[in-house]
Amino acid sequence: MTSVCEPLVRVQAGDFDLATEARRLSDGRRDVGAIVSFTGLCRDEDGRLEALELEHYPGMAEAEIGRIADEAAQRWPLSGLTVIHRFGRIAPGENIVLVVAASAHRRAAFEAADFLMDYLKSRAPFWKKEHAAGETGAGWVEAKDRDQEDMKRWER
Amino acid sequence: MKLIYFAWVRERIGLPEETVDLPADVKTVADLLNWLKERGENYETALERPEVIRVAINQEHADHAAPLPANGEIALFPPMTGG
Repeated sequence: MTSVCEPLVRVQAGDFDLATEARRLSDGRRDVGAIVSFTGLCRDEDGRLEALELEHYPGMAEAEIGRIADEAAQRWPLSGLTVIHRFGRIAPGENIVLVVAASAHRRAAFEAADFLMDYLKSRAPFWKKEHAAGETGAGWVEAKDRDQEDMKRWER
Repeated sequence: MKLIYFAWVRERIGLPEETVDLPADVKTVADLLNWLKERGENYETALERPEVIRVAINQEHADHAAPLPANGEIALFPPMTGG
């Protein structure tokens, strides 16, 4: 019986540093053979977007990401898993979300990171509001059917 | 019962949260949505397409057939767009 890693989950307004988070999963270990990271950034939608505002459900956001991360840790042999999701106002070029998965071998790390992102999109209680450049106002981003389909890839 | 609203559900209802006394015949999430819609035009607008409303009971996802707990918090919100 191999031990299941304890995921690190953070929901925060401030930025994160990819290098720091990746190092945290390999420091002092000799068994890590692969670290896969995904960083989601705010894009400007061809100049249309001035900023995103991310609303979240405090408490449930941490709990739900924790449940998804725990499931990934059960499903793949990971040595470490970190998920950080920001909230508040985020400008184009800034970070929104980070997933870092570490494992002895690459396949588990790739798949766990991919799984995490698919589930986060549709299950983690965050909502994006777009603030348009100029005086054209703000609107909520609509969920895409594609996101639901992405999540279904992992059903078994 | 404490109700919490997020994103456009919050904006359309005009409140971030409220505490309500539910009648005895409001037993499920679907009953709650129907009952809320009768409370005014703002609720009617927010919940006009109940099928898109997502629900969490005590911070865990629940479907519309789920029974309501004796107490705790129920959150209503649109489909999530994080990540």
